[in-house]
Amino acid sequence: MRSTTLSGWGRTNASVVTLRTPRNEADVLSEFATGEQLIARGLGRSYGDAAQLSGGVVLDNRALGGISAISDDGVVTLGAGVSIDELLAVSMPEGWFIPVTPGTRQVTLGGALAADVHGKNHHVDGSLANHVLSMRLVTPVGPFTLSPTEDPELFWATMGAMGLTGVVTSVTIQMLAIETNQMLVDTTRHGDLESVMSAMATGDAEYRYSVAWVDCMTRGAHMGRAILTRGDHATTEDVKRVALKGPRKPKVTIPFEAPRGLLNRWSVRAFNEAWFRSAPRSELDEAQSLSSFFYPLDGVANWNLLYGKRGFVQYQFCVPDAMGDTVVDVIKRLSESRVTSFLAVLKRFGPGNPSPLSFPLSGWTLALDLPVGADALPGVLDDLDSLVVAATGRVYFAKDARLRADQVRVMYPRLEEFRAVKSRVDPKNQLTSDLARRLDLVGK
Amino acid sequence: MENAFGQPQNVVIFGGSSDIARAITKKLCAARAHTVILAGRNQELLNAAALEAQEYGATKTDTVLFDANDPSNAERTVAEAFDKAADQIDLVIIAVGQLGVQVPDQESAARSAEMITVNVTWPVAALAEIRRRLVAQGSGRILVMSSAAAIRVRESTYLYSGAKAGLDRICTGLAQSLEGTGVKLQLLRPAVVRTKMTVGADEPPFTTGANEVAENVMRGLASNDDVIWSPPLLRYVFFVLRHLPAPLWRKVTNR
Repeated sequence: MRSTTLSGWGRTNASVVTLRTPRNEADVLSEFATGEQLIARGLGRSYGDAAQLSGGVVLDNRALGGISAISDDGVVTLGAGVSIDELLAVSMPEGWFIPVTPGTRQVTLGGALAADVHGKNHHVDGSLANHVLSMRLVTPVGPFTLSPTEDPELFWATMGAMGLTGVVTSVTIQMLAIETNQMLVDTTRHGDLESVMSAMATGDAEYRYSVAWVDCMTRGAHMGRAILTRGDHATTEDVKRVALKGPRKPKVTIPFEAPRGLLNRWSVRAFNEAWFRSAPRSELDEAQSLSSFFYPLDGVANWNLLYGKRGFVQYQFCVPDAMGDTVVDVIKRLSESRVTSFLAVLKRFGPGNPSPLSFPLSGWTLALDLPVGADALPGVLDDLDSLVVAATGRVYFAKDARLRADQVRVMYPRLEEFRAVKSRVDPKNQLTSDLARRLDLVGK
Repeated sequence: MENAFGQPQNVVIFGGSSDIARAITKKLCAARAHTVILAGRNQELLNAAALEAQEYGATKTDTVLFDANDPSNAERTVAEAFDKAADQIDLVIIAVGQLGVQVPDQESAARSAEMITVNVTWPVAALAEIRRRLVAQGSGRILVMSSAAAIRVRESTYLYSGAKAGLDRICTGLAQSLEGTGVKLQLLRPAVVRTKMTVGADEPPFTTGANEVAENVMRGLASNDDVIWSPPLLRYVFFVLRHLPAPLWRKVTNR
């Protein structure tokens, strides 16, 4: 037990907490028995304040380890503290890949379920929760084995609920068979937003994975110019010469936080320009390593330090298909404001799952990295919230550090339903977090 | 909880009916503040400030009456304000202060003592209790109204600027003592602000309105700077002024 200062990956609003390290289910149960308020934490990759609790207890779940043998049909059971990185190091040499992965391998399975992470294949495969066969959840009223058929209400309420229903200790998932560690990728460059959105709306169905990187700082005719990369796992047929091996370790480390102002409007604009020019106008069937396709930023350890002492916020929203114009409006609002934004990520979502708090809903999603510091930024993001709410969309909790509680109730209309399930297993609201307090997710 | 931009939800303000405090309160409420507890010495003014906070978006307001000339009530006053908020406090503002009238004050033992009590002793006593409560929370922020005048004492306002200097230096140490606690103390050092305290006085350079101070406070909460200057240019002006030889300093300040 020790006092420590924690913040999310964006390095904003830090809190001092008591950190404890449970090693098994019994340890977690005895934590609940103390009656103290607590929240679980994995590798701290949520951008905001989801995995911290000022003045309370944070359970560092990294010690909940263990990876079972992978069955012949690709079923594996993992401790909730196992990271995707650790899983892939074991599973890829045997020909198995995680069915849904976020843009970093440095997340635990417990954290991935808490955020119900999605990947570049959401339009085809849904989010990670859709591939969970069963899991153990320890709550203040005891442990549960949950699956889509065993207590489905609590199973789905836990997905995307940012750890507020209990502590996941282990999870069983169905892996995806792969033949190589290479991807077969098609890249196309688009001079404006309309062109890339129509390419995605009409063509994404033909690819398992699809993502567009959008420039949100260019104004005028080239507003929203983008690079679209789409692909699928390469088969042995595709790339006979490639051997199966685990992902590479990070090669570059950011040794210290950058001086204020390194990432400013001009340097980011120059970066966006260089990056756009460096992509091929169109290239089909390029073999890319799985790491560089899924985890380009994992090659730079601690890249969050590039944003300096003030840190950064990420803004990710989704809107239904019929409201695609909102994506255009948001990028217009950003490019016209004096706010710096790094390359944004645009994706299509397939249908959401039954979870009341899971983020994805069928339509479009856009994610933005924004350095804290511009005077206009808080107001611009509040404006974006209003655009998203008007389009019946929502903002992603795992990225958030600044939403308004009243907007959250509109974005997540099933919040009351979630609270009812939570109160069944956590009647005294022992599970809470800085995020939950700030957004009034669980009551006081 | 405060958000990534240092915008608080639950706020307690001592000296909450002053013009500067009211300007800051309005901006806080327009951002994220929903619970605002205002403490001061005049119930009518506090009620007006509370009403104003509601107009700008606060959903819960309350007031606490206290007399800053009696430091023995400081601990009790802080406790009452925190209890009325009945939640974690994200931001505590100390805007307690008294400008006084230098010439008569400097010849009155009682008035001279009062200047130190109101400007230093009461705030420092209250800060001890605020510090204790916020450190137990593991998070929170304290904003203390100092003054640009605190940087170098002027003969024409030596009681006020000297008292603010005392508060300012004590808070510098207090801020350092908070490292690693999750609590942050920031000093606000404004130039002369046009308020009901300054009506009729000459306007020296860098005089601003209360609204401009509030804007700089919002910016300072986001930036986490240890000292919030208003206007921000003062940071550089005082870098020069604090090192002027004494005769030159007197010449510059006694226009």
